[in-house]
Amino acid sequence: MNWSYTIWIPLLPFLSFVINGVLYNRLPKKLSGVIGTSALGVAALLSYLTAGRYFFGTTSAEGYQPILAWQSTWMHITDKLAIDMGVYLDPISIMMLVVVTTISFLVHLYSVGYMSEEEGRNRYFAWLGLFSFSMLGLVLAPNLVQTYMFWELVGVSSFLLIGYYYDKPSAVRAALKAFIVTRFADVFFLIGILLYSYYSGSFKFEDLNNIAAIQAANSSIPVFMGLSALTWGLMLIFVGGAGKSAMFPLHIWLPDAMEGPTPVSALIHAATMVVAGVYLVARLFPAFHGSDDGFALHVVAVVGTFSSLFAAIIAMTQMDIKRVLAFSTMSQIGYMMMGLGVSGYGEEGLGYTASMFHLFTHAAFKALLFLGAGAIIHAVHSNSLKDMGGLRKYMPMTNITFLIACLAISGVPPFAGFFSKDMILEAAYEHNKLIYFTGYITAGLTAFYMFRIYFMAFWGRNRDYDHKPHDPVWSMKIPLIVLAAGSVVLGLLPFNEWVTSDLRPLHIHFDMMMAAASVGIGVIGIITAYLLYRKPSDAPDKISHSLGFVYKTVKNKFYMDELYLGIMREVILKRIAAPVAWFDRHIVDGTMNLIGNTTVGLSKGIKRIQSGDFQVYAFGILIAVIFFVVLFNYFIPTI
Amino acid sequence: MNWIDIVTIMRDEWSIIGILILLLAGEILVDKKQLSMLIPIAIGLFVLHTAMSFIPGDKATLFGGMYRTNEMMHFMKAILNVAVLIILFQSYDWVKTTLLPNGMANAFYMLLFAVLSGMYFLISAGDFIMFFIGFELSTLPIAAMAAFQLKEMRSTEAGIKLVLLAGLASGIMLYGISLMYAVTGTLYFDGFLSAYYHEPLLVFGFILFLSGLAFKISLVPFHFWAPDVYEGAPIAITSLLSVVSKAASVFILMILLLTVFKDLSDAWKMVLYILAVLTMTIGNLFALRQTNMKRFLAFSSIAQAGFILLGILAGGAVGAATVIYFVLIYVFTNLGAFGVIQAIKDESGKEDMTDYTGLYRTNPKLSLVLVLALFSLAGIPPVAGFFGKFFLFSAAAGKGYYILLIIAVINVTISLYYYLLPIRAMLLRTSDTPIPTTKSGNMMRIGLLICVAGIMILGLYSPVYSFVLGLTQSWL
Repeated sequence: MNWSYTIWIPLLPFLSFVINGVLYNRLPKKLSGVIGTSALGVAALLSYLTAGRYFFGTTSAEGYQPILAWQSTWMHITDKLAIDMGVYLDPISIMMLVVVTTISFLVHLYSVGYMSEEEGRNRYFAWLGLFSFSMLGLVLAPNLVQTYMFWELVGVSSFLLIGYYYDKPSAVRAALKAFIVTRFADVFFLIGILLYSYYSGSFKFEDLNNIAAIQAANSSIPVFMGLSALTWGLMLIFVGGAGKSAMFPLHIWLPDAMEGPTPVSALIHAATMVVAGVYLVARLFPAFHGSDDGFALHVVAVVGTFSSLFAAIIAMTQMDIKRVLAFSTMSQIGYMMMGLGVSGYGEEGLGYTASMFHLFTHAAFKALLFLGAGAIIHAVHSNSLKDMGGLRKYMPMTNITFLIACLAISGVPPFAGFFSKDMILEAAYEHNKLIYFTGYITAGLTAFYMFRIYFMAFWGRNRDYDHKPHDPVWSMKIPLIVLAAGSVVLGLLPFNEWVTSDLRPLHIHFDMMMAAASVGIGVIGIITAYLLYRKPSDAPDKISHSLGFVYKTVKNKFYMDELYLGIMREVILKRIAAPVAWFDRHIVDGTMNLIGNTTVGLSKGIKRIQSGDFQVYAFGILIAVIFFVVLFNYFIPTI
Repeated sequence: MNWIDIVTIMRDEWSIIGILILLLAGEILVDKKQLSMLIPIAIGLFVLHTAMSFIPGDKATLFGGMYRTNEMMHFMKAILNVAVLIILFQSYDWVKTTLLPNGMANAFYMLLFAVLSGMYFLISAGDFIMFFIGFELSTLPIAAMAAFQLKEMRSTEAGIKLVLLAGLASGIMLYGISLMYAVTGTLYFDGFLSAYYHEPLLVFGFILFLSGLAFKISLVPFHFWAPDVYEGAPIAITSLLSVVSKAASVFILMILLLTVFKDLSDAWKMVLYILAVLTMTIGNLFALRQTNMKRFLAFSSIAQAGFILLGILAGGAVGAATVIYFVLIYVFTNLGAFGVIQAIKDESGKEDMTDYTGLYRTNPKLSLVLVLALFSLAGIPPVAGFFGKFFLFSAAAGKGYYILLIIAVINVTISLYYYLLPIRAMLLRTSDTPIPTTKSGNMMRIGLLICVAGIMILGLYSPVYSFVLGLTQSWL
């Protein structure tokens, strides 16, 4: 079969970027959205075609085989080592293709309505195209170098998108913060790539995942603190993934990134960029699983589980609707990481399948939640839940779709989230009871905070709005309807046939008791939210008041931002940069000024030469020379 | 060895000396009012000279070993030619408006070409005498050029500081050479060290010698002169110092350490290690708080020099290739940044970072060039700078310098912060008093275009690295 057409899937958004970017001012305003939307529409159709042909056309006894659909040697380093650019098709990359193109298409469509009043829409659609291109390039990468390059490109384009409202200082700050935090994580990612590839002698995923061959080829892989260099490399790579996926403690950028336009949040912070870390771990899953008995995988599980609980607790207290969704995203990604972390390989790979399944369904309902929130914000002109209430009368369509998404994320059958979440919990139960229990509690909290915002926005107090809110225009409605339909039916897909750790179909059994238990806690969460927020009352305030200090800590996100700022100010600026600056200002500049001032009376020509500046410099150089000479005479006998 | 060989092998040197003589004759013969016609002649001749230097050179030795060349050295000279050519284009408007009325335009070109010829001899030196002549010839004219804007005190100050401190460095270096001569009894590089490398006096001399070179590359703690001189000198001279001069010195440092002083590698690796850590870190920490664009780029270029040392430490053909490749990219990247600053300064006289606020609104093209250059300096893929750093780091990782690598990567992260500051100012902020829309001359445009092409193409067109690697493999 011929697969080479798949190269067009990333190229189409790129074309949209080029056209919208180059014809920046010359394009009619309406046309930019049409170009972007149609490019992504075609890309999405191509993705569905590819998925259909792959999943129904290439089954064999050995399961699915990866396909290198297109490849070109891009940088020839030595005869053994070359960097390729290519399109790598396997079940998870095709799944991500479908997710990215679909969500991106719907977000483009939605943006046509949402951004209709904004200046500079061409720029907006150009950045959206660039982002989609980079994300698709990342997903399709056959090797770590291409992954890294597109990884950074994703970072750059999301920087541009978050900072889209450049006249808003908070948006610019948020964009910078997101970029620097993720770049900080990427530093470790790059070291991890270099370290791991050094021992495997290759950047290609099929070589990297063949951990038995790597260990066989290197008789002595160094061991540091009881872990092999391979495990260290993988853990460094995971730090990069954790940065992009907003795992604790690198999550601080995600809530602030909500300053960007809401459709951007739906695309970047719900369905695509933030799950890149999960995708990366899944890509290298055999390596994670095989190295040092899966130690790195335990780290993934612990970080994921903790982040999911941590974020769920914070989400219960936030008053900004988008920030609640941001923490909810962090929590759900923690779930996916947890699923991967508890997974075995082959027949025991339930967690892997569950995690990918959750990634898939989460993309649908979380994008729906963001787009629904966008419709609300568009209608009431505020992000704060305090300014909302009783919206169900004004926005019936948004109400129904938002409710479906809330039911899906809370794990109520038969909505999509139920199946994937239940599968993750089942895998966790078999692996480690503590992780299972934490995930179980988190499920209850999730149901509670989601229905908290649902009841606060659509029920609760009826208010008089200055402008009567109404359902959005059709180009914004269609994505809501499509995603709502997806949130209902996607859970029924036979994912265990398609996406598995060893590419062979996985047999799963459905545990009735487990399912009942997880539905039970979800329903408890919903009922609690119903009692507290269905009707306007002061009960929530009383409860939060009685919790006092605890509530305040949680509402301030456990003071993580303050902690980072403190470290930044106290340690880096005061302890390191300040002394250096002080030296520069007082010793170097000061000497010059001091001597300059004392010689004001002397003639101008002499003053500059005799300023003493030069002596200080020359003195410094001589000190350095002497230092090295002394060092060497000490060092010499050991040569 | 007949004279035809001498001409063909040393064609770069002859050609630049020929241009020098022509310009000198022009200075004497041409009427004072007609001197402006020498500018296009100088640039035109140099374009030819640069084009010619892309004809591959051969391996050869002349004058009993005082002069030697090979394909790699020839390529290094070609890199320097391209860099000087870009500077010629970018400084055209400045020369025409500032220097020509004072009658110093021709002097500028002659001094510039003298510096370049000094660099040729530096790279091709086969013994310490030739090396020292090249070293001085490539330093002293710059001091004169730094003081070109006689009316500006800071320019004069820069020239005087450079000449005094360079004198000190030369003295230290010459003392080192004489000590080494005392031990070995020879000044030729070939077979220089074979029997004597355990002599303490020789190592003492070597350290003094290395200090002189470290001064020229402005490695911390030999960097004190650099920021003041960079800030005070005219922008064209700052580019010359921080790009071309640094590139030439890095080349000769690499050549010497990897061949002549190979037996001392246990020792110099330790020095370079310390210098690399200090240079990267101190350069970065100082760059963090600069507000003057020129001074900012000066400190950033100090930090960049620290990264280059990683490649020399890695050593071997691969390490050498990564160094040349990095320098090649660095030339285009840094000159691109300096070119934009020159263009802005020519038109508005401003060079503070705060003046750049909202530049994208008024000068979208110039600010995009600067953004591209800064991205490349910060090492963000897919622009060329990323590959330069990536290969350097890979080479260092291959030799097991993990601690150094971690320090380097942390420094890259710090540098990202300050490279983003001008970008933020230009793209994401608005100003009430932005720099008005400037219309650069065609020469400046060509200069910037070459830089942009270099930044884009070197990253994406892979055979360049293979070519460089081939050169270093045949050298070592």
